[in-house]
Amino acid sequence: MDATSTRTFARQDAIFARSTQFFAVLVLVTLLAIIISLIHGAWPTLTKVGPKFLVDGSWDPVRSLFGGLAPLWGTLITATIAMVIAVPVSFGIAIFLTEMCPPVLKRPLGTAVELLAAIPSIIYGMWGLFIFAPLFGEYVQPFLAATIGKLPFIGVLFQGPTIGIGVLTAGIILSVMVIPFTASVMRDVFETTPPILKESAYGLGATTWEVVWNVVLPYTKTGVVGGVMLGLGRALGETMAVTFVIGNAYNISLALFEPGNSIASSLANEFNEASDPLHMSALIALGLVLFLLTFCVLAASRWMLSSLAKREGKRT
Amino acid sequence: MKTSNNARASNPIYRRRVWVNRFNMLMSLATMSFGMVFLIWILVTLFGKGFAAFGPALFTQMTPPPGSDGGLANAILGSVMMVGASVLIATPIGIMAGIYLAEVGRESLIANIARFVNDILLSAPSIVIGLFVYTAIVFQFKQYSGWAGAAALAIIAVPVIVRTTENMLLLVPNSLREAAFAVGAPLWQVVLKVTLKAVRGGVITGVLLALARVAGETAPLLFTALNNQFWSTDMSAPMANLPVVIFQFAMSPYEDWQRLAWAGALLITLTVLLLNILARTVFRQKTQ
Repeated sequence: MDATSTRTFARQDAIFARSTQFFAVLVLVTLLAIIISLIHGAWPTLTKVGPKFLVDGSWDPVRSLFGGLAPLWGTLITATIAMVIAVPVSFGIAIFLTEMCPPVLKRPLGTAVELLAAIPSIIYGMWGLFIFAPLFGEYVQPFLAATIGKLPFIGVLFQGPTIGIGVLTAGIILSVMVIPFTASVMRDVFETTPPILKESAYGLGATTWEVVWNVVLPYTKTGVVGGVMLGLGRALGETMAVTFVIGNAYNISLALFEPGNSIASSLANEFNEASDPLHMSALIALGLVLFLLTFCVLAASRWMLSSLAKREGKRT
Repeated sequence: MKTSNNARASNPIYRRRVWVNRFNMLMSLATMSFGMVFLIWILVTLFGKGFAAFGPALFTQMTPPPGSDGGLANAILGSVMMVGASVLIATPIGIMAGIYLAEVGRESLIANIARFVNDILLSAPSIVIGLFVYTAIVFQFKQYSGWAGAAALAIIAVPVIVRTTENMLLLVPNSLREAAFAVGAPLWQVVLKVTLKAVRGGVITGVLLALARVAGETAPLLFTALNNQFWSTDMSAPMANLPVVIFQFAMSPYEDWQRLAWAGALLITLTVLLLNILARTVFRQKTQ
């Protein structure tokens, strides 16, 4: 090979490296652009209302009152309900898929869970509105109100109109949607446990549960928490599954049967109708709060999942 | 053997351990069934209600005003055009960025930051992406448009393609790269003619997964493409699309609109599931 072709190749490689780098930086710039444009759009609210936006619970576009607490509260409470249901269920599913499932069923069931995670969220929302909410309102809510609703302290949660639509329903639909996500991450994470560790424990006479609880879980705990956070990130920002069933009302209430609003559902319901610039900027400010919230959750999740992967000796 | 079993069975600690195990495994089975029941329930409803409204009119007629017959032809067209355009935009960007992460930048600072940011964008709330495109495009041009919708979908598709491209390239054994470098190939030829070629199937998988991901996205289209009652191929005007039509029709009090919404929901779900299954088979065939 002569010197000129070496030099040509070096030049071509420099161009190649630069151009691929350009696109990688483009991804980075997109994130910055999102944050900057949201701050810019939310500016009137950020300057006029300031930090009070996060603690002010009165949202009334007609009187130009824009406090973000109600939708923020709705977002946090629906995501909490979703995770309270989804975490143990996903954990159980992941144990089933990795430790209990007959080998013949392992692939099909695992694939089924992954395919269900791919179903668009609008389907969950529609099903919630037309099928789940009517049944829930007619049979389950009156029962809950009559039993748990009568207890001291936690009874407060299970009160409100038994119409099927509300914060609790939204949380449940959200959990059904999040379960396939978290379950498949947890399964992948459980499968990183070296078989020799599990076999040693089984060899000492441990039961399946003891192996899961004392060997698999300690080995994978950062990954499990990462998977849960990933699910939480999804639950916080989910729009369609929530908008259908949450009831679109600005409430701050502990009673979970009451209709409410999450940040995403307020945006979906109101943004196109917002003609007043302050209204629009308040909605964008809500979007900014949501983005920062999910950013922190997802960043934590990424960090935890990658620290597990590092120990495993490969990059994910 | 028998005696030792009896001795174990009468040992209270051993008995407790066995029962704790049985109970927890039963719970695990119960959670699996709980998940499956909900998911089968959803699918059965979807197929039942969706097929009831299925027919050729779905593909030939426009979205109707309430109270009259119609189909979803304009919404299907709009969705196909916007999803197609978004993936056409996202594919080259995603593949190039993926190449950078796996082959060029590797563990450099820029690559690590870009990888982190990409993972954040992968799960960022899609409604916020819609909000961003609204403020960046729709608000500037004072016009809802198909292009704005396609841009929002492209922002969602890029991270999916970046992630799969990088993961696939990392599967290529280093000996293959070394062999190509040893015969004097420059980096760009090693990547484009050797490693990228070796994982063609995987990259196609990524593109199919991105298609499946954006095909069902509703939230980012609400403030970008908006909706349109008529047959329109003009991407610089508001454009009908399946998810937003489903949302609008399902939330309406009119029964014939709700029936169409179910049909549209079934159509989208079938498309998404088909794309996912296709992606899996392509991946399995090409990587063996």
